[in-house]
Amino acid sequence: MAAEPLLRVEHLCQYFGPVHAVDDVSFSVMPGEVFGLVGESGCGKTTTGRSIIRLYDITDGSIWFKGQRIAAGTLSCRRRIADARRRMRGASPEERTALAAEIAEARRQLREAVRDHRSVSKDLLTRIQMIYQDPIASLDPRMTVYDIIAEGLRIHGERSKETIDGKVYGILDRVGLTREHAHRYPHEFSGGQRQRIGVARAVVMQPEMIIADEPVSALDVSIQAQVINLLSDLRHEMGLTVLFIAHDLSVVKYFSDRIGVMYFGRLVELAGADELFAHPLHPYTRALLSAIPLPDPLYERDRRRIVYQPKPEAEDAALREILPGHFVRCGAAETESYLREAEA
Amino acid sequence: MPNQSPILKATDLTISFRTPSGLVRAVRGVSFSLAPGETLAIVGESGSGKSVTCKAAMGILPGNAVIDGGEILVDGKDLLRLPEREFCKMRGRKIAMVFQDPLSSLNPIMRVGKQLTEVMRLSGVPAAEAKQRALSLLAEVGISEPERRYRQYPFELSGGMRQRIVIAIALAANPDILICDEPTTALDVTIQAQILELLSRLKRDRGLSMIFITHDLGVVANIADRIAVMYAGKIVEEGTAEEVFYAPAHPYTWALLSSMPDLDTRDRLDAIPGTPPNMVAPPKGDAFADRNPYALAIDFEEQPPAFPITETHWAATWLLDPRAPRQQMPAALQERIARMKARREAQSHGR
Ligand SMILES: Nc1ncnc2c1ncn2[C@@H]1O[C@H](COP(=O)(O)OP(=O)(O)OP(=O)(O)O)[C@@H](O)[C@H]1O
Ligand SMILES: Nc1ncnc2c1ncn2[C@@H]1O[C@H](COP(=O)(O)OP(=O)(O)OP(=O)(O)O)[C@@H](O)[C@H]1O
Ligand SMILES: [Mg+2]
Ligand SMILES: [Mg+2]
Repeated sequence: MAAEPLLRVEHLCQYFGPVHAVDDVSFSVMPGEVFGLVGESGCGKTTTGRSIIRLYDITDGSIWFKGQRIAAGTLSCRRRIADARRRMRGASPEERTALAAEIAEARRQLREAVRDHRSVSKDLLTRIQMIYQDPIASLDPRMTVYDIIAEGLRIHGERSKETIDGKVYGILDRVGLTREHAHRYPHEFSGGQRQRIGVARAVVMQPEMIIADEPVSALDVSIQAQVINLLSDLRHEMGLTVLFIAHDLSVVKYFSDRIGVMYFGRLVELAGADELFAHPLHPYTRALLSAIPLPDPLYERDRRRIVYQPKPEAEDAALREILPGHFVRCGAAETESYLREAEA
Repeated sequence: MPNQSPILKATDLTISFRTPSGLVRAVRGVSFSLAPGETLAIVGESGSGKSVTCKAAMGILPGNAVIDGGEILVDGKDLLRLPEREFCKMRGRKIAMVFQDPLSSLNPIMRVGKQLTEVMRLSGVPAAEAKQRALSLLAEVGISEPERRYRQYPFELSGGMRQRIVIAIALAANPDILICDEPTTALDVTIQAQILELLSRLKRDRGLSMIFITHDLGVVANIADRIAVMYAGKIVEEGTAEEVFYAPAHPYTWALLSSMPDLDTRDRLDAIPGTPPNMVAPPKGDAFADRNPYALAIDFEEQPPAFPITETHWAATWLLDPRAPRQQMPAALQERIARMKARREAQSHGR
C-alpha cells in the first residue's frame, strides 16, 4: 500500500459535554477501499461519520481528506497551553524559556487548526456524501424524488435544467428506478426503493467517498441483498471509497476490506476483515463475534457466547500493531501477550 | 412434540383490509399449530402477512380489517369469534405479545413499576403482592437493581432494558403463549443475544410456547423448533428448523436463504428480482411465480397444494409434483449448506 490514504482520521475526539462519544480514534481509508466500522449501540459509529462530514466542530484531532486537513479540533492545544502556564509558576528562568517556547508552538498549532478548519473548501466537502440509516426519516416527505436528488446539485450551483435532468434521470436509471418515479413522493415507495433514492441522492454528486451509516439495517433480507449489490456495483464502477457503518456483522464482513471495532468511543481493534473474523484478539471483539447468530440451527445449539468483562485500561493504552496490519488497543506491556495469542 | 395436542391451532385464516384502492388480501388461508412448549418462527417477505396473522390471534386487528374466514382455537375457544369482554380475560393471561419497538409499546409517562402491576391489579391481585411479583419479574428478565428500575421512567433505560421490561409486562399475567413480533430487530448483537438467551430460559423454565416473527435468519436458527415460511399471505413451506435450513424445498425459501450474506464468501448476493405481487388482485397461480426462475407453466395457472416431504415438512410448490421435472436447489445454496456442515465439524473437532 504505497498510495496515500484518501481519508485519514487522527486522534479524533468528539465530546458532548461529559459524554466522550468519540475518543482518540485514528484510522485511514485507502482509495477504493471499504472500511467497516462496527460496535454496539451508542459506541460512537454515527458520531464518527458525522464528524467527518463536519456536522460538528470536532473537539480534538484532525481529519485529512485528499491530503488536506478538512477538520481540526483544538482541545489538546488549549490543554498544552494551560498546562505550560501552570508550570510557569515557580519555574527557573531556563525552564520559563522552554515553557514560553512550548506555549508559542501550541498557539501556532492552534491557529493553524482553526484556520484549516474554517477555510476548508465546500467543493472538497461535497466529494464526501453520506447515506443514512433510516430511509423514511432521511427523505423530506414534501419533496418529489426529482427534487430530493437535484437538491445537492442546485446547492452546488448547478442551474441548467438540462444538466440537472440528465443527471437525475441518469442516476435513477443507475439505481434501478425509472423516469416515471421522479415525480412521485417518498411515501409512495417501498423501503428498498426509498433506500435507492437515498443512494441516488448521494452518488449524483459524484463523490469520491461515501459514508454509509447502516444503509440496510431497516430492510428485510431480500431487499437488503438488492441494496448491497447496488452499492457494490457502484463502488466498482465509480471507484468509490466507502466508510461502512453497521451493527449487522455478517453484512460488514461481506462488504468491507478492513474493519475497525469500536467500544465506548474508542477503537479497540483494527484488522483486515478476514483476519479480524479468523483471529480476533481484543476480548471485546471476541465477545462481539461470539454473539452473532448464524443461519445454522445445529451450530446455534452449541454456540457459546463470550461475555465481555471490561478491565481498566493501561495508562499508556493506544492502538498498537500486533501483527502487520492488525492493531489492538492496549498498553505497551500487553503487546507481548497479544502477540503470543496471535501466534498460537 | 408434534403428537401432543396443540395449545393453539389456526385453520384457514383469511383476512383482508378495506383500503381506498380496494380489498387487500393480506392473509389467504393460513393454517398452523403450536405445540405446548414449542417455538414456531414465522419468516418471510415484508408485507407477507406475518404481523397480521399474529394480531388476529391477539384480537387487535385494526378497524379496517375484515375476517373472511377460518378459526384460531385456544382452549377450545375460537379467538376470531370471541366477544371482546371474553377476549380481555385471555389477553395477557393465556396469550401475550411483544412488539418490535419497545418505546412504542411502553407508556412514556408512566413509571415502569406501574406499567408492570397494572395488568395484575386489573385481575384483582392486591397492591403489595403485585409489587412483589413485579420485582421478581424484573429480576427474572435479568434487570439489575429491580427496586430502582421499578421507580424509573422508560426514557431512563437503555434499549435492551426497555425490551426486557416489555417482555416482563407480557409475562406479568403468566401467559402460556408468547407472540414476539421482531423483538430484537432494533437491538444490536450483544443485546439481541441477551434477549434471545432470556427467551430460551423462559421457554425452558416456564414451558412457554412461542410464536416468533423475525427477518433475521440467524435468530431463527437460534430460537426456532419449527419454521413457517410466508409469501404473499400464505405459508409456502413448513418444517422443523433443520428441515427448512438444510433441506429447503420451496423456491422462495431457496431465494430467502440465498439472499443473506454469509461469513465465508464474497460472491455476489442472490437478490430476489422484482417486487411482491399486488395483494388487491393476487395472482391466479403461485404468487411467487413471477420472480421464480424455476417456475413451471402451471405455476402461472393454478395454486400449488401442500406437498408432504416428511411427516413434519411440507412445501406448496409444483416442483414437488411427481410429474414435474426434478429440480435441485441452487448450487450456491447447496455449497453454503455444505460449508455450514464443515464449520460445525471443524468446531466439534476443535473442542
Ligand atoms: N448531539 C449529541 N448530543 C449529545 N450526545 C450525543 C449526541 N450525539 C450522540 N450522542 C451520544 O454519543 C454516543 C455515541 O452515539 P452514536 O450515535 O455515535 O452511536 P452509534 O455507535 O452510532 O450507535 P447506534 O448503533 O445506536 O446508531 C451516545 O452515548 C450518544 O448518546
Ligand atoms: N391497517 C392496514 N390497512 C391496510 N392494509 C394493511 C394494514 N395492515 C397491514 N396491511 C397490509 O397487509 C399485508 C400484510 O401486512 P403485515 O404487516 O402482516 O406484513 P408483515 O409480513 O408483518 O411484514 P413486515 O415484515 O414488513 O413486518 C401488507 O400488504 C400490508 O400492506
Ligand atoms: Mg448510529
Ligand atoms: Mg410485521
